[in-house]
Amino acid sequence: MTATLLAEQILNGLQFGVMLFLMAAGLTLVFGVMGLINLAHGSLYMIGAFAAAAVAGATGSFLLALAAAMSAAAAAGALVERFVIRRLYDRDHLDQVLATFALILVFSEGTRWLFGSFPLHLDIPPALKGPVTLPGGIEYPRYRLALIAIGLAVAAGLGLLIARTRLGIRIRAGENDREMIAALGVDISTLYTVVFALGAALAGLAGALVGAIQSVQVGMGEPVLILAFVVIVIGGIGSIRGALVGALLVGLTDTLGGIFLPRFFGLFLDPSSAANVGASLASMAIYILMAVVLVWRPTGLYGARA
Amino acid sequence: MKLKTLLLSAAMTALVWAAPMGTALAETRVGMITTLSGGGAGLGIDVRDGFLLAIGQSGRDDIEVVIEDDQRKPDIAVQLADRMIQSDRVDVMTGIIFSNLAMAVVPSATAQGLFYLSPNAGPSALAGRGCHPNYFNVAWQNDNLHEAAGAHANGEGYENAFILAPNYPAGKDALTGFKRFFEGELAGELYTKLGQKDYAAEIAQIRASGADSVFFFLPGGMGISFLKQYADSGLDVPVIGPAFSFDQGILQAVGEAALGVVNTSQWNKDLDNPANAAFVESFEAAYGRLPSLYASQGFDTANLLLSALAKADPSDADAFRAALEEADFDSTRGDFAFGPNHHPIQDIYVRRVVKEGDVFTNEIIGVALEDHGDAYAADCAF
Amino acid sequence: MREGAVNAVLLAGLVAFPIWAQAADEPFLITLATRAVILALAAVGLNIALGWGGMVSLGHAAFFGIGGYAMGILAFHAQTYAPLMEWPFVIEGTKSMPVIWLVAVVASALAALGIGLLSLRTTGVYFIMITLAFGQMLYYFTISWTAYGGEDGMSIYVRNGFPGLNTLVPVEFYGLCLAILLLVLALNAALVRAPFGLALNAARQSPERVRTVGIDPGRLQLAAFVLSGAITGLAGALFADLNRFVSPSMLSWQMSGELIVFVILGGTARLFGPVAGAILFVALEHLLGGVSDYWHVFLGALLLLVVLFARGGLVGFLAGRVR
Repeated sequence: MTATLLAEQILNGLQFGVMLFLMAAGLTLVFGVMGLINLAHGSLYMIGAFAAAAVAGATGSFLLALAAAMSAAAAAGALVERFVIRRLYDRDHLDQVLATFALILVFSEGTRWLFGSFPLHLDIPPALKGPVTLPGGIEYPRYRLALIAIGLAVAAGLGLLIARTRLGIRIRAGENDREMIAALGVDISTLYTVVFALGAALAGLAGALVGAIQSVQVGMGEPVLILAFVVIVIGGIGSIRGALVGALLVGLTDTLGGIFLPRFFGLFLDPSSAANVGASLASMAIYILMAVVLVWRPTGLYGARA
Repeated sequence: MKLKTLLLSAAMTALVWAAPMGTALAETRVGMITTLSGGGAGLGIDVRDGFLLAIGQSGRDDIEVVIEDDQRKPDIAVQLADRMIQSDRVDVMTGIIFSNLAMAVVPSATAQGLFYLSPNAGPSALAGRGCHPNYFNVAWQNDNLHEAAGAHANGEGYENAFILAPNYPAGKDALTGFKRFFEGELAGELYTKLGQKDYAAEIAQIRASGADSVFFFLPGGMGISFLKQYADSGLDVPVIGPAFSFDQGILQAVGEAALGVVNTSQWNKDLDNPANAAFVESFEAAYGRLPSLYASQGFDTANLLLSALAKADPSDADAFRAALEEADFDSTRGDFAFGPNHHPIQDIYVRRVVKEGDVFTNEIIGVALEDHGDAYAADCAF
Repeated sequence: MREGAVNAVLLAGLVAFPIWAQAADEPFLITLATRAVILALAAVGLNIALGWGGMVSLGHAAFFGIGGYAMGILAFHAQTYAPLMEWPFVIEGTKSMPVIWLVAVVASALAALGIGLLSLRTTGVYFIMITLAFGQMLYYFTISWTAYGGEDGMSIYVRNGFPGLNTLVPVEFYGLCLAILLLVLALNAALVRAPFGLALNAARQSPERVRTVGIDPGRLQLAAFVLSGAITGLAGALFADLNRFVSPSMLSWQMSGELIVFVILGGTARLFGPVAGAILFVALEHLLGGVSDYWHVFLGALLLLVVLFARGGLVGFLAGRVR
């Protein structure tokens, strides 16, 4: 294992982490402000990717595709909030789980209905194609560096939004005491729709960005959804900072675990069984991480309340 | 209260009414269980369309095909198989795409005396000791295309290959199949997570390993992701894979990243034989898209069935089995015969991804293995 | 309609349906009903944790799968005549259902004890997620467990046996599963009225109050969680026998999600809620599957309507609110 390989893997872990953060940020905001468990968040990620693929295919512009992804996901999010979710705020978490589970079914098969059963094509913009050579001789894909930059920029922007703007004040107030801010004359239902659409837009953005280097297909949202839940639970539900820390932890654990565990077992097992045991443990690594964190801190790293 | 009582009794009636009413039995009933919803639906749809095209072309109206969606869930597949056997009373079954679903359905269906014709999955467990006289595979034994990739790598003079596949039985079979024929050294052997979509870490390892070639088996979305990321990594080590990641349905999603990549397949649309030319033309006319590997397998499966039905009835199991064994049909692959374990003996070709107009597709550039059977036939004793 | 009347109708339906299907010579409908009964049993198990205990577990597929693998492993060794273990003493595989059930129940109860001990340190959404984490760990473990088929799973060629019955006959196997379901429902009903059930109910509503009367709510919940896991494990063994097949998909998070759907669809903390939910779900799956390739859209829409307009699930909708 050389230092450059290690550095490259850390970059990979970071890149995976910041993309998870885009997903997790929306989930954690929606939970923090409205107390809602949204299983359909992965569908918004998928909608973003499909919208981006469709627009990129029609216009050839990646920027337009990103805009389309964010608006389509935000629109879908706002519609869902307005017509379904709004009726569920005062309900049990369980009703929310069932309703958003139903939404997954509708969105997934609805997307297949619209776009067909084959994966769609979405490519990296030409300007970001190919690798760059970083200091230390690491050859690293330009697009992945851009993903890290975009993810960190969004994290910073979101931090500012929540700390400095009027909307942010309302969001924080909403997290602390929902009844009180309504009593203070804030239009709570608009606030909810805006927060939901914001979270959806971030998920759509993540779907489009990641879709360019992965496959755009039905069902792409659910694995990411599970990981995003792992992230917000590790970080502490409702905390943006926790989501960022959790996302980076999960990204690094998953990437480095996949590399080091097989090598670690290679020290005392024969190569093929080491590969086998290592690969099995690597696929469990983030869940083990989550269980350990929760046993140690039952409300996550930055969680205030259960 | 009355409304609710009414609703409840209506629901009960609906349940009872749902039972299929006794329809007039066609002479031959074929049960097709395949994947028609969710992420793997593209493959099942192609198999179904190819199969129905051949049945339609035969002009026979005494064959009824019962088609059901397994949702890629083994328990649903088993349940559908039970229904087809117990209630639809089918004579022949076919359609399953994924090996794990085939393992759930095939052993019990053949044990109950049904014939099963596999249009796609060919797990090693059903080719060797677990073979069954009523099980016929019309596609390939799972290892075949990987073995061909190994043979092709020898032909290219590769000496140091990096190989990777998902950590599940078909993935292990793939790497075993490749190694069975590949004579060079391995620069690395990697099992990735099933369903993994980010291969940055693996690509970095390939780069660091100094390999002179890469073999990968990553079906579906995994392969799309790998190819896109590999193309963008700037690595120029040549890649070989089985056809599954380079097929008609998937290629458009990979796009430029797949251009020029070499892959192994038992079929391609430019195979030069009359049956194939007619198939490609009629498939395009009927469905408005180019046929895939899977469509050709569905089409061949139906034609095999038709050829056997012309000679015998499934109710006479021995005669029908003998008729199937003859494989007396014009395959889209040209020469086609069954080995002693009812798996194909066929040529496996090397293809290269090209662009024709706006569409990405494959062209044949050579033959990797001629009249190739499988490694498990010797273990099979009916 | 009172809840009791709804339950009676359901019960009568469960008994009458196979008789009708037998008369109509539709053995497959009996198989389908068996599936509903087994899934109902799994959901009844979950309902003890989720409905009465207030512990929303998104990892119950783990217990379902453990039960399934208990059946798969024992039957696999019996059909290959290879002992499960030779040292320090020989353990042979078995094709006998009662033995398999016992192993399934004990194994899933032990797993539930371990998972419960760690998970019950958390509450609310964190509990949902930590149970999911344990479920996923076991899921990935079975995928890479090549000795027992990995992702392909294991096929068992002949259904296991029960003394005095021919389990291969659909209606006899159905009767067996129904008997178990009714037994567990009776146990469940007794439990809810027993001091344990009352204390559990109180612990869900107000742990502090329970603590003040000298009962440790954590231990109550743990006991309920173990019982719940054991019942779901038993259902898993039956499910594996129904399909003559086990695979990691029994442990997937979607399976956990479906079990929760059964409970909510039918009515949380209602004795027959999970039963009604499972029957409705299986029936919808069966009926909608033929309507269109995109039938999941309709299933989703129907589920949405139930959540939005039939509060308290099916049983709640028919029987009115709990008094």
